[in-house]
Amino acid sequence: MAVELKSWRELPIGGVIPGGATPELNKTGSWRSQRPIIDLEKCIQCLMCWLHCPDNSILIKDQKITGVDYDHCKGCGACAAVCPVKAIEMVPERGGA
Amino acid sequence: MKKVMTGHKAVAEAMRQIEPDVVAVYPITPQSEIAEYYAQYVADGIVHTELVPVESEHSAMSACVGAAAAGARVMTATASQGLALMIEILYIAASMRLPIVMALANRALSGPINIHCDHSDAYLARDSGAVQIFAESAQEAYDYMIMAQKLAEHKKVRLPVIVNLDGFTLTHSAQVVEPLEDAQVKEFVGEYEPIYPLLDVDNPSTWGPFAMPDYYFELKRAQQAAMEAVPEVFLSVQEEYAKLSGRPYKGLFEPYKLEDAERVLVVMGSTAGTAKVAVDELRAKGEKVGLLKVWLWRPFPREEIASALEGAKVVAVLDRAFSFGNMGALYLDITSALMHRERRPIVVNYIYGLGGRDTSTEQLMQVLQEIKDAQPGEGLRYLGLRE
Amino acid sequence: MPSIKVLAKREEERVRFTGGHSLCAGCAEPMIVRTVLNAIEEPVVVANATGCLEVATTRYPTTVWNVPWIHSAFENAAATIAGVEAAYKALRKIGKIEKRIRFVAFAGDGGTYDIGLQSLSGALERGHDFLYVVLNNEAYMNTGVQRSSATPRWASATTSPVGKAIPGKPQDRKDLTEIAAAHHVAYVAQASVSHLIDLANKVERAMKYEGPKVINVLSTCPLGWRVPWDKSVEIAKLAVETCYWPLYEVEQGRYRITYKPRKKLPIEEWLKPQGRFRHLFKSEKGKELIAELQTAVDRHWEELLMKERCTQEG
Repeated sequence: MAVELKSWRELPIGGVIPGGATPELNKTGSWRSQRPIIDLEKCIQCLMCWLHCPDNSILIKDQKITGVDYDHCKGCGACAAVCPVKAIEMVPERGGA
Repeated sequence: MKKVMTGHKAVAEAMRQIEPDVVAVYPITPQSEIAEYYAQYVADGIVHTELVPVESEHSAMSACVGAAAAGARVMTATASQGLALMIEILYIAASMRLPIVMALANRALSGPINIHCDHSDAYLARDSGAVQIFAESAQEAYDYMIMAQKLAEHKKVRLPVIVNLDGFTLTHSAQVVEPLEDAQVKEFVGEYEPIYPLLDVDNPSTWGPFAMPDYYFELKRAQQAAMEAVPEVFLSVQEEYAKLSGRPYKGLFEPYKLEDAERVLVVMGSTAGTAKVAVDELRAKGEKVGLLKVWLWRPFPREEIASALEGAKVVAVLDRAFSFGNMGALYLDITSALMHRERRPIVVNYIYGLGGRDTSTEQLMQVLQEIKDAQPGEGLRYLGLRE
Repeated sequence: MPSIKVLAKREEERVRFTGGHSLCAGCAEPMIVRTVLNAIEEPVVVANATGCLEVATTRYPTTVWNVPWIHSAFENAAATIAGVEAAYKALRKIGKIEKRIRFVAFAGDGGTYDIGLQSLSGALERGHDFLYVVLNNEAYMNTGVQRSSATPRWASATTSPVGKAIPGKPQDRKDLTEIAAAHHVAYVAQASVSHLIDLANKVERAMKYEGPKVINVLSTCPLGWRVPWDKSVEIAKLAVETCYWPLYEVEQGRYRITYKPRKKLPIEEWLKPQGRFRHLFKSEKGKELIAELQTAVDRHWEELLMKERCTQEG
């Protein structure tokens, strides 16, 4: 996280983090050693991958799969594992196996 | 109108008049009657409070934290082992800046188990970040519970506040108390304005995060700043209350015949009442003695108390608990405050009153006499101990 | 019954739990949390005990919670949420709040079966309106896989390791679900990360009730159980298919098993793929222990079937 560290005077009261979720502050996509590639042709839009993704990284619009949030996807492969039609392939992140 | 009531009734009455939204409480001698009185108010439907009869003091403070963070006005009470059990959460409540007001019916910490008064429970919470006030009488306990609510909720403070009243001596003895009218108390404490309340579901906030070394220090420094703001707010709340009640509350401590005193007793809690009598008796004999009665113990009024004591010849600090391994905690507070003063009295430390041992007027007069021969740098003395 | 599309629609409209946390890749806890939060229609306030979920989702100053959320300590998620709920009741009484808000606590097996048991029991007895979800990964995972009273017999954990003298945890695990049911609250259930729609249905059924509800969810920990990180769902499924972790509910005292495996698999199928049970497959003694475990699972399953028969007929 390359966010500047704040002075004690700037911190909200009581250690509270107001304002809701801050996913942009922790881009866990950097963790990956493999990434999911979704074949949207094969996809039957069952949403099982969306349901299981631990990192909210299966993107949907109007309850249809549109892609992957590679900023947060950790490459765990749960999506590929639960896909009933094997529409998701896990490929190495940096070329080699 | 003057009434006769026990200390715990006085505390319960103050709570009733403040009428918090939530009271989460667990019984323990000598506090139980406070919970019982309050439960009766709830059962009679005269307060809207949700009473949460929790299964332990740890859960009492946890429920208080949940309720306060949710946005409710919250109060509780405990003693001794109960405080010990909830101490983890008390520290957390202070770190979360939650204005929970708690009556502490001072009782000795085990072991051995003892249900009578001393200040070891208050001392346990010394470093917790909670504000601590000591009451001399049921009247003061009543008054300070109300002032505590306003102090705790002040925007510059927002900390838990503990009002200490001596177990049995104050909680269970019938005294004269002059309460305010219900409407006066309601007006004095006003509406509670929560900050980032959990129940504001449209504006979600995260309470009690995990902090790494990169932020923990700053978060605690911010908490320290809140403690530093307390004395000023304490005085202004006191001033307002003094006007309202007509009672002469003024200052972070009460000086009693202190001005020209050469030998001074420093004491917290109900023994101050006995000390006043001892001082009067010696003054009648022409002895220049006085009393400094501490009201606000945490944060400790270093400069104010040092200024009040620096002109004396000898000061006897009475600690009603051991701080094993060193001198008494109050003695340490006072000597460190006096350390940098040009004029400094000799300061002597008495441990007294442990486990409910009574202290008589004669014993305190004896103390004021025998400290004439005090030498600097003495170790602990023990008042009323069978050697 | 919230279908998967309904859950997805809700998350699109109001995402309650986002990415950006540092739970392990493949961790089952966020799978469970997302489903639970999406399965509840009304606004929620969450209390969270100390543990992986709490620590990894709220590293100051970041958070992945888009709902009001509070953590204070390890053993008090139930007491904390009870306080929030009491505040809600009080403020509602005097007209300061009008919305219907629901209350959810998340805690691990450590923070529930062990150190949090008292706090949970008290909150159940007092009848607060809240849903308590146990994220049961069968050990103190956040602190390094130490055994809890949810750890199964003969599993290897760091404080019940396999050694020359003792092959893993010698004690059987507690039945927290039955402990909760013994409080006679309106709804108690057992669920698994392998059956998230079943979980969503259970959450919805639970939330129809005012009062305490408990759902004990089996949550694979790839690291602690020593399984590959993409196998969370598959492994938990084996727990269900072997009847080691039955999916059932106790609704107003009536037992109902919500999934009965067509073919009950032998317990080996559940034990074999996990590194924490590997030692059982390396010796004759291990075979004996596995047979013991099979007997225990069978007996527990029969008891559950019996409870279902008895309470459904009444």
